Amino acid sequence: MAITGFLTDSTLCIGCKACEVACKEWNDVPADGFVFSGLSYDNTVALGHSTWRHVKFVEREPLIGHGGNSGAQVTWEFSSDVCKHCENAGCLEACPTGSIVRTEFGSVFVQPDVCNGCGYCVVACPFGVVDRRPDDGRAFKCTFCYDRQKFGEQPACAKACPTGSILFGDLEAMQSAADARIAKLHGQGVTDAKLYDARDTSVGGTHAIFIIRGDERAYNLPVNPEVPTVHLRAAWTSAAIAAGAIALGSLVAFALGGGKR
Amino acid sequence: MKVPTAASEAQLEQLKREAELNGRVARPGVRPPNAPFPRTSYYDLPLLKPPVWTWEIPTYFFIGGAGGAAAVIGFAARLSGADPKLVRDARRAAAVAANLSTPLLIADLGRPERFLNMLRIFKPQSPMSVGAWIVAAFGGASTAAVIFPRRLADVAAGTSAVLGLGMATYTGVLLGATVIPIWSKNVRLLPVHFGASAVASAASALELMGNEQKALHRLALGAAAFETGLGVVLERRGVKGNLLRLGGALSGPVPLALRLMGRRTRRVAALSSLIGSLITRFAWVEAGKTNVTHTAATERVADIRSGSENKKPIPPVSSDK
Repeated sequence: MAITGFLTDSTLCIGCKACEVACKEWNDVPADGFVFSGLSYDNTVALGHSTWRHVKFVEREPLIGHGGNSGAQVTWEFSSDVCKHCENAGCLEACPTGSIVRTEFGSVFVQPDVCNGCGYCVVACPFGVVDRRPDDGRAFKCTFCYDRQKFGEQPACAKACPTGSILFGDLEAMQSAADARIAKLHGQGVTDAKLYDARDTSVGGTHAIFIIRGDERAYNLPVNPEVPTVHLRAAWTSAAIAAGAIALGSLVAFALGGGKR
Repeated sequence: MKVPTAASEAQLEQLKREAELNGRVARPGVRPPNAPFPRTSYYDLPLLKPPVWTWEIPTYFFIGGAGGAAAVIGFAARLSGADPKLVRDARRAAAVAANLSTPLLIADLGRPERFLNMLRIFKPQSPMSVGAWIVAAFGGASTAAVIFPRRLADVAAGTSAVLGLGMATYTGVLLGATVIPIWSKNVRLLPVHFGASAVASAASALELMGNEQKALHRLALGAAAFETGLGVVLERRGVKGNLLRLGGALSGPVPLALRLMGRRTRRVAALSSLIGSLITRFAWVEAGKTNVTHTAATERVADIRSGSENKKPIPPVSSDK
């Protein structure tokens, strides 16, 4: 099976949220409240147990090639966020039941019939994606439309995207498409366009890659995401030292004798 | 109405030159209201998800840790030929703690009926998986140590002591090896911290059960001294919080002083250590939640979701002139 990937191009997104709706409809994801956040036009706020695609509305000052020059206008950068399907996935490593697996498409999948809702994946995701659904008890996140991919179909969000902002295909093809697009954007003067794929971090790259402009923090993407397994050595070393100290301390405390008081 | 000045006209001349030379102007023009926009955050919304764990988990951290340490203390007491009552009490404490731990852990699951899925696989890279196996094995061994006949009970108690070392310390690994900054930044401290806290609470619980061996006092004294020092280290590292400080005070300086004051205040010291140990675990779990959600934007969204939004006046749009 081919390793597939998403290329989400923020420079082509128009913020229509068709991907959010397509995802909810295809995957039967429950509603997650009707909330006016007041944060630009973003009333979805964040990815979560019932939001697997989330369109961000990044407001900023007018940039070259974007926006008008009237005092009332801002530049709007839209970006459809999704589970990153990490190469070294924190959630997958943390899952104690084996519910979270790597699929033949290279994506990270939570098997709903195995998950027992321990919640450890939630604190293991460096992108704040996976979450436990309170009324259901299990953890949920983007499935990469595993069911659709089984039939050779692209994920619902990519299919519903009207501008080609969400591309889906062979991961390597997506990577070269991203490089070509960024080169084109740079040629057009959009010199702050760049690829976000976390490749140079302990996450080791993602299967959902993004073209963004400027600082990734403006898109709520971490500059240096870390898979929590990098802490394991230090943690277990410390635990071994503590265990040794407790064992030795207990033996010494009794060896010193003295009986009662 | 604006009045043309030398500066404004020079600016226009300079724009003209730039346009002539480059064919375009590399400047944003008029700044929009509320500019400059932050480039380093997304409306101050948190990036990470807070832990979903409720009271069962920190309570388990306390009970399981104390039970694990009690098994170690009971085994050391047995080896040194100490009073059989102490050995018996320690084994009972370990067994009771183990059999309270499992229900607490199951209760916190989103799907409690699937708790056995924890034992589908063994996954060394997942502290939760390692922990689940430790808890399961410790539960069996420590229960066997109180119901089996003599020799077999000793073997079970030895096994339970080894697993008890894991029970007392692995919870620090569980928190440390995550993405929650306040936990992972203290990844080296947490297992030792929780281990010392476990020893203090086990020794204190055994003292309150009527065991007055000097060895227990020594262990509790050592743990209290360690916790006092650790409290200073945490303050210096910028780990601050009133609940953490309260737990730290009750498990560090307070029992340390009470124990140094003499025999009569030992029971008070023991009680203080137990309460301090429990508060400490709650404080660390709560710190993880606060750590990732405490921003103005989340509070606002949470207020709106709960329908309790304050009617604050909308700040006026700043006109950038």
